Amino acid sequence: MSGAARLAVTLGSLLALILAWQVAALLVASPLLPGPPQVVRAMIRASADGELPRNIAITLARVAVSFFLAMAIGSVIGIVLGRSKQLDAVFGPWVLVLLNLPALVIIILCYVWFGLTEAAAITAVAVNKIPNVAVTMREGAAALSRDLDEMARVFAVPRARALRHVVLPQLAPFFTASARSGLALTWKIVLVVELLGRSNGVGFELQTAFQMFDVPMVLAYALAFTAVVQVIEIALIQPLERRANRWRR
Amino acid sequence: MSEIRIDIREKRFAAVAGGPERLVFRDFRLEVRDREFLVLLGASGLGKTTLLNIVAGLDTAFTGRVNFSGTKPRIGYAFQNPRLLPWRTVLENVALPLPEGEAGRASALAMLAEVGLADLAGAYPERLSLGQQRRVALARAFVIAPDLLLMDEPFVSLDEANAFRLRELLRALLERHPATVMFVTHDRREALEVATRIVTLEGTPARIARDVPVDPAVRFDAIRRGTVKKAAP
Repeated sequence: MSGAARLAVTLGSLLALILAWQVAALLVASPLLPGPPQVVRAMIRASADGELPRNIAITLARVAVSFFLAMAIGSVIGIVLGRSKQLDAVFGPWVLVLLNLPALVIIILCYVWFGLTEAAAITAVAVNKIPNVAVTMREGAAALSRDLDEMARVFAVPRARALRHVVLPQLAPFFTASARSGLALTWKIVLVVELLGRSNGVGFELQTAFQMFDVPMVLAYALAFTAVVQVIEIALIQPLERRANRWRR
Repeated sequence: MSEIRIDIREKRFAAVAGGPERLVFRDFRLEVRDREFLVLLGASGLGKTTLLNIVAGLDTAFTGRVNFSGTKPRIGYAFQNPRLLPWRTVLENVALPLPEGEAGRASALAMLAEVGLADLAGAYPERLSLGQQRRVALARAFVIAPDLLLMDEPFVSLDEANAFRLRELLRALLERHPATVMFVTHDRREALEVATRIVTLEGTPARIARDVPVDPAVRFDAIRRGTVKKAAP
């Protein structure tokens, strides 16, 4: 399929979804299931005073900071555990415990221990994400090629150069995999963190709309935010992935 | 100048996955002279690769010592698999052991021209044939102007015509960039074609069964027979 044809199919598919939604809204005919026009009106209403873009920007900033923190810390932990069997034997179970701790528990504990602060919110999101990154990167680090490592050693390739040309490219697929799943997980948890303990952001606005049973506003925020995440995916992550994979047959 | 004195008191591989422990070398001595083309001949599994890895410093789990005359030599290694970085271009692969920068890229490109791959400098290794990948590995081994060249069946899994051309290329490269060579193979005719001295290994632990210099007349004959065989498909 050519690029244009694929785009047409995607657009057609989304159009069909909107149409089905409109039909369902007409059949149900209840304020609890607004149709697309009402949601668009809510979106315009929320954008008029700059509230919607402002809250999305705030949420995105939180997503970005906690995402980069989690990727950096999780990668270091994962690579260290993947390279050392002894350390993995000692600290691997810790990672597993953290991995299976419910997100809500971590959020509540962070707020209780550090107060209802920005730092507590970011920490809570990052701590939720770190074990996922660590586990994926550990797989990657444990699977590093011995053959290539020996090659670099025989040819006396300096450490920094070997890291850049030999080691990191082998970890890249694991890094993109955890970034991909990480972004989706991070922004979902950020909304919960905002709902529980912040006074702005998409999560907070959703809670306000929920309390007023303002379903059009809930959908307006949900759709606007999903659209932004889609743009990030198409404009940032997919080109990066293509670049990292251009050597493959 | 690169003379090597190998003295392995003992080298064994620990038992793994149900297999028994293996004693590979005991009281094994070998001296390699400067600019010599030494072929290690013998069946697979005897420890030929292990010997190269010990000389290269990759395998340090043995008792004994490897002495080089003078300073530690620059070592080029052509492995049994080409061991190229699939995510780097051919040129970047050859330039890997050189210091970063324009000078390195220029000498890598010149070396690629010597092995006849200048026009594939920008290609990624997985798009190349095995023969071409082996040429890249050869270029990477020669680009550092090695004092000692270790080669572990570097032309295996190629058809005879292709392998013959690569051996010719190797001879030409060595004429321009002389080096001491340790070359592992199980193919007698390949050994005759390139070696100045053939050491045949046998048994467990491996010992030197024969150690003979190669008569240039015998080599010429082997090369000629190789050519004839190449012409007849």
